Amino acid sequence: MTNDSAETRVEDPHVPEVLGGEVDSWWKIRLTLMRRSFRENWKIFRRNKVGVLGLVIIAFWAIMAVMPTVFFATGFWNPAVYDPVTGLELDPPTRTMTMVERITDPNTEIDRRAALLDGRIPDTLQIGDTFDLPLQPAPPDVRHWLGTDPLGRDILSQLMHGARASFFLGILAAVVTVVIGTTIGSVAAYFGGIVDASLMRLADLLIMIPGVALLIVIGGLFTFQLWHLAVVIGVLSGFGGTAIVLKSQALAVKIKPFIDAARVAGGSPSHIIFYHLIPNVMPLSVLYMMFTVTGAIQSEAVLSFLGILNTDTSWGLMMNLARTQGYLLQVTDFWWLTIPPGLAVTLLSAAFFLVGRGMDEIVNPRLRRR
Amino acid sequence: MLRYVTRRLIQMVLLFLVFLTVTWFLLYILPGDSVALKYAGNPNIPPEAREVAMERLGLDKPVLIQFRDYMFNFFQGDLGVSFNQYPRPVTEIIMERLPRTLVLFLAALITYYWAGFLAGKYLAWRRGNRGEMLITVSGVGLYSMFLPFFALMLIWLFSVQLDLLPLSKFLDPEQWRDAPFGANQVFMRLFWVTLAAAVAMFAAGFAALRTRSRRLERTLRWGGVVLAAVWIIFYWFGTPSGQDMRVYAGDIGFHMILPVLVLTLINFGGVMLLTRSSMLETLREDFILTARAKGLPEGVIRDRHAARTALLPVATSLVLAVATVIDGGVITEAVFSWPGMGEILISSVLSEDIPLAVGAFSFIGIMALVGHFVVDVLYGVLDPRIRVTEHG
Repeated sequence: MTNDSAETRVEDPHVPEVLGGEVDSWWKIRLTLMRRSFRENWKIFRRNKVGVLGLVIIAFWAIMAVMPTVFFATGFWNPAVYDPVTGLELDPPTRTMTMVERITDPNTEIDRRAALLDGRIPDTLQIGDTFDLPLQPAPPDVRHWLGTDPLGRDILSQLMHGARASFFLGILAAVVTVVIGTTIGSVAAYFGGIVDASLMRLADLLIMIPGVALLIVIGGLFTFQLWHLAVVIGVLSGFGGTAIVLKSQALAVKIKPFIDAARVAGGSPSHIIFYHLIPNVMPLSVLYMMFTVTGAIQSEAVLSFLGILNTDTSWGLMMNLARTQGYLLQVTDFWWLTIPPGLAVTLLSAAFFLVGRGMDEIVNPRLRRR
Repeated sequence: MLRYVTRRLIQMVLLFLVFLTVTWFLLYILPGDSVALKYAGNPNIPPEAREVAMERLGLDKPVLIQFRDYMFNFFQGDLGVSFNQYPRPVTEIIMERLPRTLVLFLAALITYYWAGFLAGKYLAWRRGNRGEMLITVSGVGLYSMFLPFFALMLIWLFSVQLDLLPLSKFLDPEQWRDAPFGANQVFMRLFWVTLAAAVAMFAAGFAALRTRSRRLERTLRWGGVVLAAVWIIFYWFGTPSGQDMRVYAGDIGFHMILPVLVLTLINFGGVMLLTRSSMLETLREDFILTARAKGLPEGVIRDRHAARTALLPVATSLVLAVATVIDGGVITEAVFSWPGMGEILISSVLSEDIPLAVGAFSFIGIMALVGHFVVDVLYGVLDPRIRVTEHG
């Protein structure tokens, strides 16, 4: 019998039944075992309210990420107006105003100057004339549930597309991390000696590098796409912290009898690493995957906030626009420009972290409540 | 212990060499010709002028020779000349900015570790309260808070709505117009005074860990805090040089409140959660049961048996967190326009000032390495097992 993930109950009386009589193919056995361990772990996970809360938030954003496709497909949203990058509200709400000699309210003054520059109001107005000032970061109304940004684009649409970008980035970074982390950790643990030492020194170096500073440097000097960022984050975290943690876990697995059994049976190192070591360190690596997602979402938001990342839509970019257009500190007057993206980054990255904590209790049984 | 420190020191220097090599190749070589173009500021300059520029910057030499020259110069304290602030040497710019970052960083680090450890300890001790989930969630919320957003909210609250604290920057230019000191003199003074206070506090804390009587321990721990406070007050009010600088140091301190608050709150959550879970694990150990069975007072079990053991993983996390904290510092500086290392890193990178970018990045690397080294040594002091294995 192939021993599977650390979570499966090896002493489970049902397992031999699967093996007895007709022998199923190995992947069927593995699937059965996986389903069973999933069911057990789900029971533990469900008890932890914190982890469930995280899952709910992730589900919420996943729905948000799918919504634009539905809205565009059903014709509820017109792409010309609601596209997150090129969309433009041609008929924004207006405010009727009278031209006066001196405008004391600074916000109105900014609006008026911007309107003059954009040609939204004629520059032939005399003092005392009334005119309709089109509002271009417009507050929420029926058409734009979260208002529009200074360029006349729908905030909700950008928020939904930003969720999509965050999921893409986070998941790609996490997958890269896990693939690299488990491989490096298992290889280092299995071979030991010089392989272990050199890989771990490399990991030591990578841990010490301040990641955001490095990303700022790379992103500023090269053209940086979203997936580049995901891969760089994945490599940094996979070769660094994740590899170290997974190596110590793989060391604990390596001394188990079934590894010796596999070796005696003539298993090659690559067979043992990929079929016995890696499946057993997988649960822990999934945990680190969650923390990588948190880090990746945050780094992306910071880089786009600083205007370093080369991307179309992201939550950080929405805040960057508010910053460069000078709306950043007018939170009471233009809350829809800063609060939704800022909260979105916080919520989604917190959600992945919460799920990670919930999974922590499954992976480390010592943490469970007495 | 000495051998352990020496070994770590050698490792650190080697790591730094690798780090610098990678950084140099990454930044100087990969962007290619942009160095020369940027220097001339015009892609259409005549070839002769270009050659002269290349020659003056040493860019006509083979890559390995350039690298050798850079390394030699680096260890002689010459990091080249900034492109955008020509002809200011990079070293001069960095030396101007470094104290500003260090002061901010040090103040935040001390505050949040202290507060986080205390909060985590009490949280674990009162496990099962109704507020537990709330506290965990808010801890995670703080930990994963989007830093620029959080900073923005605090700036908006304290500076815009309440009008209590300055918006950004590190001093008020009006007040400094006739100042007899440069800002950096004041910063250096602030740095040393704060460092002395921090060292006194930590020394008292460590001494407290080694005492046998509980009363002495408490006296030492709080004594350290009081001593640090008295020293700071005495320096700025009692000594003549402190009195002269007090107004200016006060202005800098006033500007520092908000960035330090942001850094503290962001990092506080992580330390608190970690202390809590490490403390929970410790509380399950047999020696805690023994201590209970002996009938020791709860406070003694909590502070002397559990918290002391629980401190170890927290110290380990500090080793891992140094890089993260510096990252947070870089972002905070950008948001508050605090003219420190992070701010020059971002501005130099955005304006493709490559010598300055390499210089700033390598100094951030040095900060991370030195931080790691200090924490590692502290860890060795805390955990006797490390010293023993290193000897064996």
